Amino acid sequence: MNKTLIILTILSCSLAACVTINIYFPAAATEKAADKIIDEVWQIQKPDQPKPEQQKNSDDKPAENKTQKETK
Amino acid sequence: MKSFIKLAVLLFVAGSCASAWAAADIEINTPGVVALTQSMQARYPQLAPHYASGAVGLTSDGFVAVHDASAVPLAQRQAVNALVAAENHDRKALYSEIARANGHPEWTDDIRNTFAQRWIQRAQAGWWIQGAKGWAKK
Repeated sequence: MNKTLIILTILSCSLAACVTINIYFPAAATEKAADKIIDEVWQIQKPDQPKPEQQKNSDDKPAENKTQKETK
Repeated sequence: MKSFIKLAVLLFVAGSCASAWAAADIEINTPGVVALTQSMQARYPQLAPHYASGAVGLTSDGFVAVHDASAVPLAQRQAVNALVAAENHDRKALYSEIARANGHPEWTDDIRNTFAQRWIQRAQAGWWIQGAKGWAKK
């Protein structure tokens, strides 16, 4: 019986860890999704155009921004 | 009975972990998100001159607001208010729709904050942005 309790404790700890991972908000993926939507709403044509603005975060985007007009 | 409980817990753990991997991407290709995007895109030509004049600015919480009503002739102010209200209605719906489409309605605020940063980051120079210290011209 004691053994079962120990096992259950360990299992619930790992369960808690997994739930924590599950709740994790995918910030990077959301940023990309936001950029895609903003491109469409504001009709931004060229994401590679050098803009005179300070790069706040290191948003080194790969070439996937070019596929902004692909249809769903 | 004991082993049954263990098995059940194990399956649950495995299930939770599996869904954690599935949640690594964000789905925006749903009819609701596409419709809202198109609605905002159609409104943009009307809003753009107001962004440029400073009549309307971007807020730090992912919405738009009237920044300088005097930049608009009195007769048009009602129309600008309506544009701002409609845009904010769409934005609010967009954030919660993305959260819902990804199975995490509780992400709405995180999504709104992410959008707020990106709208501001990608705004054109000369537009008005609401920051921690009030309004500033980008």
